[in-house]
Amino acid sequence: MKVFRAQRSTELLAVLWSLPALLFYGIFALVPMAIAVYLSFVSWNGLSALHWAGFANWVQLFHDPVAGHAILLTFGLMILGWVVQTPISLLLGVFMAGAHRYRSVFSFFYFIPLLFSTVAIGMTWSSMLDPNFGMIDILLKAIGLPQLAQGWLGNPNLAFYVVTLVISWQFVPFHALLYQAGARQIPLELYDASQLDGANRINRFFQITLPQLRYTIVTSSTLMLTGSLTYFDLIFVMTQGGPGYATRVLPLDMYISAFQNQQIGYGSTLAVLLAITGILLSVVLLRSTGFTKMSSQLEGL
Amino acid sequence: MSISTQSERTEQQTMHNMSQKRQNRSLSEFFPVFFGLLWLVIAFYPLLYMFMTSLRSQAGFYDENPWLPPLHATLENYLAVWQAGFSTYLINSLIITIVSVALIVCVSLFAAYAIARLKSRFAQFVFNLFLVGLAIPLQATIIPIFVLISEMGLYDTLLALILPSVAFGIPMTVLILVTYIRDIPKELYESMQIDGATHVGILRRLVLPLSRPALITVIIYQSIGVWNGFLFPLVLTQSPNMRVLPLALWSFQGEYGANIPAIMAAVFLSAVPIILLYLFGRRYLLSGMIAGFSK
Repeated sequence: MKVFRAQRSTELLAVLWSLPALLFYGIFALVPMAIAVYLSFVSWNGLSALHWAGFANWVQLFHDPVAGHAILLTFGLMILGWVVQTPISLLLGVFMAGAHRYRSVFSFFYFIPLLFSTVAIGMTWSSMLDPNFGMIDILLKAIGLPQLAQGWLGNPNLAFYVVTLVISWQFVPFHALLYQAGARQIPLELYDASQLDGANRINRFFQITLPQLRYTIVTSSTLMLTGSLTYFDLIFVMTQGGPGYATRVLPLDMYISAFQNQQIGYGSTLAVLLAITGILLSVVLLRSTGFTKMSSQLEGL
Repeated sequence: MSISTQSERTEQQTMHNMSQKRQNRSLSEFFPVFFGLLWLVIAFYPLLYMFMTSLRSQAGFYDENPWLPPLHATLENYLAVWQAGFSTYLINSLIITIVSVALIVCVSLFAAYAIARLKSRFAQFVFNLFLVGLAIPLQATIIPIFVLISEMGLYDTLLALILPSVAFGIPMTVLILVTYIRDIPKELYESMQIDGATHVGILRRLVLPLSRPALITVIIYQSIGVWNGFLFPLVLTQSPNMRVLPLALWSFQGEYGANIPAIMAAVFLSAVPIILLYLFGRRYLLSGMIAGFSK
């Protein structure tokens, strides 16, 4: 009887202590997600009365070339971003994990981009890429390639790639930091053994470093791929999704639909699509890469 | 790196081997040094550009080479930015960051203790909910959050920024703290329980001191997230006196237009608190940034 009462009071305490976190999260994350689903079935400009629209927004989604383009761009950004960032951050992380003194001096500077907000980075790069006073074009003109100088963000064929490169520039230090932490955990004995076998640096990299970093590669790639669904700030600051639709990825399309075109219902449809994509992507990635292994790595935190 | 000297080798051979090995080493270090320097330029020059430009006069910006330091460095841009209400934005950013992070850590610590230590089905359910929540992109909820905040009459207040920031900071914080609290040896809990300590006592005298590294980590991780957040302020606030720094930078761009040196001064100023944190607590800051993603 006493044990039973103790158990009940423990359960009560557990409820009491987890309730504040649950309430915050419930009201400002879960309930909004549910409201988004609801709003995806209404027609509303945010001011007048809202109307039930049934599946109209969803039907519109499948016939909307802008949304289709936004989805393609989002996945393009995801893949291109991964391809650009992964080799650089892996090499950089291994480089920084080395014991040489000069490498830790370099590392000090490598991390500084992480200290700035996305807005700050977007504005700095916009100014550097300016066709009149930007340092990139001034350099191209100085080294005798004036024909390459141009408004990088104003060219619809280039803007997407430029934005992807700036995003990569911003996130490489973060992923390099992950790889540095991973590389530092590789037991040195592995290298000593291969040194005796006469393996050179490149062999060692492919035979020891890379396989040993496999969980870090999984973690970093998962964060990169799911993270690319959330790139909003930088693109908003640099191009606002333009020129035309050249850089209008899904989160931007959602924002523009809801807050600039006052189509709250249709914007919510895009938001739900974004959330579903995020959840599906996480599930697929975690299943295919072995979540248990990753979580067991998290355990030791 | 030790060089084995085998007895059968002559002294001369060993010397020869050593110098060759050294040469190989400096040669093989060539590629890493080159790579390292290349990335140094790519990673750091944009920031150098930002800083150098912030010290130029408007005329200097048009005339001088942007790759080189300013000829006549001036602080006039910093003065102009400060006089344009920068202190208001700074204070707003400080308020939302401090209040949000304090709330996140406080509610998450209690929840994490309940999840990790109290065998409760409810707490376990909450934990699973948070784990699923990690997969939902914050951007996907911005429209309903806007509607909700407006309905609550909180639009264009600092509280409008704090509440959702807290909500989205909780899952990650709970995850990190739960992992950490679980790792505290069982015997420590048991010995305190035998001494008759309550859960509040255990939390205060055992968990709180022992999980200090994890707390510092989450505080830094969440502070940077809130400090640099842009979407919530963009959608949930409007008036200049509710502006936080990232949004202020964005509106500076509209107001100052072509005055790039002033904009760069604002950009640099907005990061000063985090730069200071980096200079004085680099280790904490960096481990805080990859909170939960690596051992």
